[in-house]
Amino acid sequence: MADLSIDFCGIKSPNPFWLASAPPANTGEQVMRAFDAGWGGAVWKTLGDPIVNVTSRFAAVDLGTYKMMGLNNIELITDRPLDVNLREIAEVKKRYPKHAVIASLMTETKEDWRVLIKRCEDVGVDGLELNFGCPHGMCERGMGSSVGQEPKLLQEITSWTKEFARTPVLVKLTPNTGDITEPGFAAVAGGADGISLINTIKSIIGVDLDRMVPFPRVAGASSNGGYCGPAVKPIALHMVAALAREPGIARVPISGIGGISTWREAAEFIALGCTSVQVCTAVMHYGYRIVEDLIQGLSSYLDEHGMKSVNELRGRAVPSYQEWGDLDLAYKLVAKIDKDKCIGCQLCVTACNDGAHQCIFTGPDDRERPPHAHTHGKAIAPVPLPIGKHAGSRVPWVDEPECVGCNLCQLVCPVSGCITMEESRTGPPETWNDRVAQGRARVPGGIHD
Amino acid sequence: MTATLDPDRLETVFPDKKPLYPEGEARAEAERCLYCVDAPCIKACPTEIDIPTFIKKIASGNVRGAAQTIFAQNLLGYSCARVCPVEVLCEGSCVYNAWEREPIKIGRLQRYATDAVMDPSTAPIFSPKPRTTGRKVALIGAGPASLACAGYLALEGVEAVIFEKRPVSGGLNTWGIAPYKLKADDALLEISWIERMGVEIRHGVEIGRDITGAQLLDQYDAVFIGVGLGDDTRLGIPGEDGPGVMGAVAWIEEMKLHMKRGTRIGRVIVVGGGNTAIDVARECASLGGAEVSMVYRRGHEQMSGYVHEMMGARKERVRLIEHTQPVAVLRGAGGDVTGLRCVRTEGGKNVAGSDHDIPCDLVAVAIGQSKLRAVARELPGVALDARGCVVCDPTTGRTGNPKVYSGGDCTNGGKEVVNAVADGRNAARTMLAAFAGQSGAG
Ligand SMILES: Cc1cc2nc3c(=O)[nH]c(=O)nc-3n(C[C@H](O)[C@H](O)[C@H](O)COP(=O)(O)OP(=O)(O)OC[C@H]3O[C@@H](n4cnc5c(N)ncnc54)[C@H](O)[C@@H]3O)c2cc1C
Ligand SMILES: Cc1cc2nc3c(=O)[nH]c(=O)nc-3n(C[C@H](O)[C@H](O)[C@H](O)COP(=O)(O)O)c2cc1C
Ligand code: SF4
Repeated sequence: MADLSIDFCGIKSPNPFWLASAPPANTGEQVMRAFDAGWGGAVWKTLGDPIVNVTSRFAAVDLGTYKMMGLNNIELITDRPLDVNLREIAEVKKRYPKHAVIASLMTETKEDWRVLIKRCEDVGVDGLELNFGCPHGMCERGMGSSVGQEPKLLQEITSWTKEFARTPVLVKLTPNTGDITEPGFAAVAGGADGISLINTIKSIIGVDLDRMVPFPRVAGASSNGGYCGPAVKPIALHMVAALAREPGIARVPISGIGGISTWREAAEFIALGCTSVQVCTAVMHYGYRIVEDLIQGLSSYLDEHGMKSVNELRGRAVPSYQEWGDLDLAYKLVAKIDKDKCIGCQLCVTACNDGAHQCIFTGPDDRERPPHAHTHGKAIAPVPLPIGKHAGSRVPWVDEPECVGCNLCQLVCPVSGCITMEESRTGPPETWNDRVAQGRARVPGGIHD
Repeated sequence: MTATLDPDRLETVFPDKKPLYPEGEARAEAERCLYCVDAPCIKACPTEIDIPTFIKKIASGNVRGAAQTIFAQNLLGYSCARVCPVEVLCEGSCVYNAWEREPIKIGRLQRYATDAVMDPSTAPIFSPKPRTTGRKVALIGAGPASLACAGYLALEGVEAVIFEKRPVSGGLNTWGIAPYKLKADDALLEISWIERMGVEIRHGVEIGRDITGAQLLDQYDAVFIGVGLGDDTRLGIPGEDGPGVMGAVAWIEEMKLHMKRGTRIGRVIVVGGGNTAIDVARECASLGGAEVSMVYRRGHEQMSGYVHEMMGARKERVRLIEHTQPVAVLRGAGGDVTGLRCVRTEGGKNVAGSDHDIPCDLVAVAIGQSKLRAVARELPGVALDARGCVVCDPTTGRTGNPKVYSGGDCTNGGKEVVNAVADGRNAARTMLAAFAGQSGAG
């Protein structure tokens, strides 16, 4: 079995799976149960001066029967006294010396940071995570994402903490920013030993249309919250990859967060440069038990791909994340429909005709072809079929020369393996940037033609 | 395995009732599972497989992990995925039923996970511990109960030797299960997978005839009785002896292992109202039997066969003749069966003067199987109950003799494969605990 253990800027962990700083890492009792279930580390629910929370605090987006595809919260940092949290951290570290316990911190003045860091390190935390990400409540008080959105401020506070800290300092970034590399560079410039991202995305999840109050409703009003869960994974993955391909940032390790619920997503974050991953929503939904699949699935994957350690996976997909202008324009795909597998739902027909490039049709393929042109399929109008004739005639066909290979049809097809995309090419590899360099960037039919 | 199966045998014409899911469909179905906590499906499974966990692993693409979860509790999870009456077990208890929605297709998902790892070319799921325990266990009969017991023992480094009187392993799981659920070669594929864990099967050895119980007790640290049930019960009516009248289980065995493709099935009367009766009837109907009827002495409400199976049989044009009792098999001049003479019954009693003849070419008698009492009697301290079943504690498999364990059909009078597997597994766990205790003390 592949070795899953990691070393995150000196923080050792038996596997890359950590609880994110959130309700699942609120108390010592929880964290110990999580470690028993198999979690390798935990970033404690953010510590600072205890706050007062509101109810309700959560609201969610469901997709079909899948609940909590996206989760929104307006919870603040810990509401428990600091000394209680610290006593429990000490107990956890005593009982689980090999697991990673990281204190997430949020406070204001330099002196507050000094005291908070000292008190945490005195109880034996393995590292610190600065919460510069919370996009609700705390940011109104000048903390959380209001720091994460100001690279200068972020850098300054990070450098304060580095003055005081003996353990590694991770900076947790907010996604609520235009270019994630700006706070990324600022964190590194401030001396951060590692970066974690993403915290939640500023959001309003819906509106109670009877009461005219957004969700989650607190008496007669609501506030913007932070969005997380499976829905945010693509956004988080991009931000992780954007940092990972900046050598100036990627010299510190990255802890990936956002929508991870299975080993597959965890592997994706690792392949795009993460050393550890953190999970919140999936644990809130299904409990600590999901770590069994995370561990097993990742180890099988590594074994099957001949990787001895999770460290071999790290960053493997980063080089192939490139600028659009460097992609190969001569690479082509054409949709093929497997007649035997097709169930005749014709979702691809509608998708292609209304949503793509008008090249999937029903009925016999016996019409005259218009000359190939950029205006897709104008001359071919679908012929309505006489009902009851043509056995199997619900199977559509692809007008291959017209297919642009967008693969929308494949995405909407409910039958796995029915629509495949066949590879071909129109010539030797050529990119847009090549064309720009050769002065061939102009496509006929433009504004001035 | 010693015996090889004829690739042209009749059972191969049956299509699978619940075919293997393609990946996308398996994932889509798995995504529907709510991942219930303290899930009712787990409790409904006699082997208590952690069903929601294995299903979520399928959803994540962790198919090997799913198989591991299944096999940890049910070593014959490959067979059980196909043969279990899920309608009355796991799927029957899925919370979706209460919600009036289709339950999760647990059986088909289990098949998806277990099919993926059965092939000899896939990396083994388990690595058996080295044989350092020095313990040896003999198991009598190579049915599901013994196979499960032997497999779990072998994984823990115990030498497990199965003695099987027939040339083929698997018991009724190989030669009794309806072929649209499981075919004999698939049953044997699973057995060779268990053999690769280190289990040894010696064929053609009948305990009580070739080797005595005393010899086993002498040579082994423990003995497991998994002999199942005996021959089909006979009707005891005139004309029963001779061609054209067969015990149902014997007929199924013949059909699954020996009859050739193309064998014609004529008009069939099945006598009985249990699951074996329904199975034979459905098999004959699917094979093109001209007219397939079930003759049952009471009403359909009293039938012991599952309602979902009888509904399936009716859809396949099986006729149920209720409140009817056979009294004689009719034969023509050449000795061939021509029909069955029956009487009507009322309140369990035959109605005088209600004799009538139902024409047929084959009578399949499915009114139960006899008990195999001889093996138990060879082992001192092992008791049989009034029905002829081996007396044992169902949670541990312990019999009256501390070295002898038992499980499966020979202890419960005939249930399902999954019950036999649970019994075998529990006996293995009890033996392992006993061995650990003994070596700890010594
Ligand atoms: C027609 C039919 C259909 C069925 N369909 C299903 C189904 O769809 N699903 C389901 O779950 N269950 C089904 N069952 C029940 C299931 O097959 C049994 O519950 C299960 O096989 C019992 O396992 P076992 O190990 O106890 O016994 P068996 O499977 O009966 O195995 C006992 C073995 O012991 C051997 N043996 C007996 N005596 C000796 C001896 N003295 N020495 C050496 N070997 C000996 C026998 O040859 C046999 O191989 C069906 C049963 C029948 C009859
Ligand atoms: C209810 C709730 C409370 C959270 N509290 C904190 C917090 O105190 N500190 C913090 O750094 N992040 C907090 N987060 C953000 C999570 O740590 C995590 O970054 C985010 O949820 C994305 O991961 P996910 O998609 O796995 O949930 C919270 C998230 C939720 C849902
Ligand atoms: S009862 Fe149904 S929904 Fe619940 S875990 Fe089992 S299969 Fe899933």
